[in-house]
Amino acid sequence: MRFIIGGMLVSSFAILGDIFKPKSFAGLFGAAPSVALATLGLTVAREGRWYAATEARSMIAGAVAFFVYAWWVSWVMMRYKWKALAVTTSSIVIWMGTAFGLWYLFLR
Amino acid sequence: MKIQVNLSAIAETRWYEYAARFLFGGSITAIAGIIAKEYGPVIGGLFLAFPAIFPASATLIEKHEKEQKERVGLRGTKRAADTVSADASGAAIGSIGLTVFAVLVWRALPYYPAWVVLTGATMAWLAVSVLLWELRKRL
Repeated sequence: MRFIIGGMLVSSFAILGDIFKPKSFAGLFGAAPSVALATLGLTVAREGRWYAATEARSMIAGAVAFFVYAWWVSWVMMRYKWKALAVTTSSIVIWMGTAFGLWYLFLR
Repeated sequence: MKIQVNLSAIAETRWYEYAARFLFGGSITAIAGIIAKEYGPVIGGLFLAFPAIFPASATLIEKHEKEQKERVGLRGTKRAADTVSADASGAAIGSIGLTVFAVLVWRALPYYPAWVVLTGATMAWLAVSVLLWELRKRL
């Protein structure tokens, strides 16, 4: 269930990202709340509102980590012109480091 | 630069590229659920803002830009990297909107119906993201 709803929502926002120009505007849809929408609705139904609200509080740290990640990818691609797949996948460690760093400092 | 809608881009994307996005999106949503179940909502919630589809999208943008340039006899490596960079800068702005989405859901969800909160927070994500994009363009 989660897989299908998540796949559909993420694909839908990705299509929106495809059709808009310029690319800096289309990029907004790369940070759409697609996974959150797919997850939170089901979480409310199964675990209740407070549980889902706790997930949303942690999501703030994840979103800040997303900002750092996307800014870093943008800078590296502009500066070094490396392969997109290599930069975007290796930089996931930046997201992980920032997200878990914020968790350790504020949410633990 | 004005915002434009290019519907022909839908036809340029191949079926397996749509399938890859569906798989990535579905997988991270399922994994986020498993992590929340295993480690609790505090850790699980972090993954609601995981850049799940970003590598796949960036790779597709790079591929399409290169193909366009190669059709006219150019390599397109630099242009492709610049386009991916622009897309990522847009995602950075969108992630500020995503932060606003998360704050609204965190504060409002315990008190209001879920569909109202999620719809309102999604509208807020879009409004904040577009507003910040416009502001950045003008600076």
